[in-house]
Amino acid sequence: MLRLSHALMEQIQAHGARDYPNECCGALLGRDGGAERLVLGLLPLVNQRNDSPRNRFSITSDDVRVAEKEARSKGWDLIGWYHSHPDSPARPSEFDREHAWPWYSYIILRVDNREPREMRSWRLGDDRAKYAEEVIEFVASGRP
Amino acid sequence: MAVKVMIPTPLRQYAGKRESIDLEAKTVGEALTSLTSQFGELKRHLYSDEGKLRSFVNVYVNDEDIRYLQHEKTAVRQGDTITIVPSIAGGRE
Repeated sequence: MLRLSHALMEQIQAHGARDYPNECCGALLGRDGGAERLVLGLLPLVNQRNDSPRNRFSITSDDVRVAEKEARSKGWDLIGWYHSHPDSPARPSEFDREHAWPWYSYIILRVDNREPREMRSWRLGDDRAKYAEEVIEFVASGRP
Repeated sequence: MAVKVMIPTPLRQYAGKRESIDLEAKTVGEALTSLTSQFGELKRHLYSDEGKLRSFVNVYVNDEDIRYLQHEKTAVRQGDTITIVPSIAGGRE
């Protein structure tokens, strides 16, 4: 389960709407409790796939290190990533799966015609063959 | 040469929950082979089915990306730190 406040949900939605028709991306910062995680903050990032931003996103290792540092500075963990799928379902594509890391939570937001739609979260299985969907519990506040 | 390999958070569950592993190696390739021999579950996340380092697996020797050195043939010296850092990619169908 991934706990996410309404305020942070709205920030992800706004990012997805703002970057439409391109994919947006960013880091999820918070606390990892194994089966349950709490998102406490976000770090919106710049999609580095300038060549194909409408259907691809990329976060460099430098930006991953920045996200890790940001999480550490707040006493949090870097627990995952979010990105949008313009006009496409909020579930991992084959390309997502091929490039995914285990352990991280991957939030995917569907954005249709600049309107945010469904938001779902996923974790890659140990065998890399498929994802397990992670239930998102939207909460009033992200306080730990 | 005794080197330290830093394990990124997503892979620690496959390496005894450890942040780093000390091992002996002469090159980056040897170090990663030794690492995946010791912790077999790491292999599929680091390497493709064709045996190549996955594109989103970035490897540094003391903060130098091995892509700008000799890749996995990069020699390591006593006390070097090899760091594995993720990059993140994906996108819709």
